[in-house]
Amino acid sequence: MFRKIIELNRLPGLTQWRRSFVAGKNDPPKSCLTNEKTTFGPLHDCDRVFQNLYGRHDWRLKGACKRGDWYHTAVLLEKGSDWIMEQVCQSGLRGRGGGGFFCGNKWNFLRCAESKQDKVLVMNCAEGEPGTCKDREIIRHEPHKIIEGCLLAGFAMGCNRAIIYVRNRFYNEACNLQFALAEAYRYGLLGPSACDTGIKFDILVQRGDRYLCGEETALVKCLMGKIGRPRRRPPFLTEQGYFSHPCVVINAESIAVLPTILRRGASWWADLGRSYNSGTKLFNISGQVNSPCTVEEEMSMPMRDLIEKHAGGVRGGWDNLLAIFPGGLSTPLINKQVAGEVLMDFECLEAAGSSLGSGALIVVNKQSDPLQVMLRSIQFYEKHTCKQCTYCRDGAIWLPELFDRFVKGEAHPHEIDWTLAIGKKIKDSNPICGLAQGQVNVAVSLVDNFRPYIEDRILQFIKD
Amino acid sequence: MFGLLEVGLLALPRLCTLGRSLHITSMRRRSKLDACNMYDKMKFEFTKENKARVESLLTWYPEAERQGALLPLLDIAQRQHGWLPISAVVAVAEVLKIDPMQAYETAKYYTMFHMKPRGMYVVAVCTSTPCFLRGSDDLLKACSKMLRLEPGETSKDMQFSLKVDCCLGACVNGPVVTINDDLYEDLTEVSLESILSDLKCGKVPPAGPYSGRCSSEPKDGATTLLIDPPPAGYKMQDLDDSGEK
Repeated sequence: MFRKIIELNRLPGLTQWRRSFVAGKNDPPKSCLTNEKTTFGPLHDCDRVFQNLYGRHDWRLKGACKRGDWYHTAVLLEKGSDWIMEQVCQSGLRGRGGGGFFCGNKWNFLRCAESKQDKVLVMNCAEGEPGTCKDREIIRHEPHKIIEGCLLAGFAMGCNRAIIYVRNRFYNEACNLQFALAEAYRYGLLGPSACDTGIKFDILVQRGDRYLCGEETALVKCLMGKIGRPRRRPPFLTEQGYFSHPCVVINAESIAVLPTILRRGASWWADLGRSYNSGTKLFNISGQVNSPCTVEEEMSMPMRDLIEKHAGGVRGGWDNLLAIFPGGLSTPLINKQVAGEVLMDFECLEAAGSSLGSGALIVVNKQSDPLQVMLRSIQFYEKHTCKQCTYCRDGAIWLPELFDRFVKGEAHPHEIDWTLAIGKKIKDSNPICGLAQGQVNVAVSLVDNFRPYIEDRILQFIKD
Repeated sequence: MFGLLEVGLLALPRLCTLGRSLHITSMRRRSKLDACNMYDKMKFEFTKENKARVESLLTWYPEAERQGALLPLLDIAQRQHGWLPISAVVAVAEVLKIDPMQAYETAKYYTMFHMKPRGMYVVAVCTSTPCFLRGSDDLLKACSKMLRLEPGETSKDMQFSLKVDCCLGACVNGPVVTINDDLYEDLTEVSLESILSDLKCGKVPPAGPYSGRCSSEPKDGATTLLIDPPPAGYKMQDLDDSGEK
């Protein structure tokens, strides 16, 4: 096994970030394009993919076509699945659901899977992660991007069926999507001969529930009408997925940007953001900022610029910032000093000890009680664990109790180390899915960032 | 040949059956309904409209994959009845030809199915971290006070049910409340009060953000997408000579 260390450009005033690619984990595709950019700032409006993000324009077929959806789709399909996959590999598109795997590699797994059964594309719009609400905007305001993306991606991988999983809370948004689907069938864009190319493609929308059904194996189980609990892999979904059809689960945003990449070219996408972190991303900035919002920006934009330009800055000024969850609740917290330097992309945040996740920033300022915030965060996992793995289940019992005692101050200083010990045990226990890791991240973030607060609270309690 | 004891023992089973049949006849005389009658009276049936929906839905699923339609059918049954009784679960299992116990297990697992009667308006307040940071706890207290309910309770007139939920999927529009399927966003105590008083009068207020913004743009005005969208075919790459068929 070889290790390739990629040295990133030294940006003025920043520490040099290093990242090592371990072969076999998440290597970029061989034909991935790179660029030499060093500044990543506000995108030009014309470079944004989701032009109807705020629902100001018509989301139906007529409005979508005016904005460029379904433009020359037949021509793109006739270029062939090899060409589409090559474009995806060259663009360096990475999964937008939280994993950040290179789509070229992931989609090739299904493409190369040999099976007598038909392949199925499953689109994931579960969006249960606290902080994330980007797919909601895509489904209700740009449903035709999703439909066209499913058709193109499904064709590229050799599927003739796609199932879109939408969370049950998005009933009204799913209605928009169903209407758009009906329009697509009516005008021959889907069905026995999609866009008059002779390719058969069908899409079905199904609703389900539960945070854990955002995990791919649990999602497929939910679609099969069974109890949505994750399962061990192997067998992978590309061998035995939806009712033993090979399938792959892809996030809504990754599919929705595909038609634009194919139309404008892989090099256009690869020129945005840093090398190997290319393109645009929908960021949800919530929490204690002046104007929480969803915004589409270039990857690798500095976090501070993103918050100050679009969300009106932290409430009380940048110096009032305490910590940020950079990618939803399951990602480790980053403190003010790191937040002032870090770029919003996969590699930079991983080097900083966190992860981009789904791009959902949750901002915590000094006015809030950090221990109460972390208690609320760990209680989320308590409600949503499926209780299959012993350590995750026990952690979901013990950690909220410990955190509750920290909030009151009714704890012993040793319990701070117990929290870390529990976290380590959960991490080393080889759990089935990533919810356990989310719990560990919250626990470790609490201790790393807020140990002095816990100790002060204990002393306060003793005094009183 | 048989002593008194043996005769007594031999007579025991007959006495027992006699006693049991006496017991059953007395029960039969007492209750007019038994399990078979109750099943017929409470059997769930889809309405004509919903039967058509069910049939058109089932055409999407091949014979071997019928179970995939379980959640959609249970949802149709729940929307028809208001909540999901066991008889509806059994009826759906009959349509799909699966084991009713399996269908029941699945229905119990997902929080979208309510196995008990609930109020006409189910008010769910989001209390996860992003909404908590925007003051959802105060909103929950205000809701509780206005409806005079604790989380998890239903009012006696079956108008309102209050529950606490975790992450309703609209975090940048927090704090958020859902009433049945609709999301009410960017709420304050004042706007919440007006929504609940409208509901008490039987009027369903419009869903969406209550802070004046359209959806999820910054409340002080959008900072992006300030110009008209580019036309179709903008920056389209030359497809003639790149790649092969």
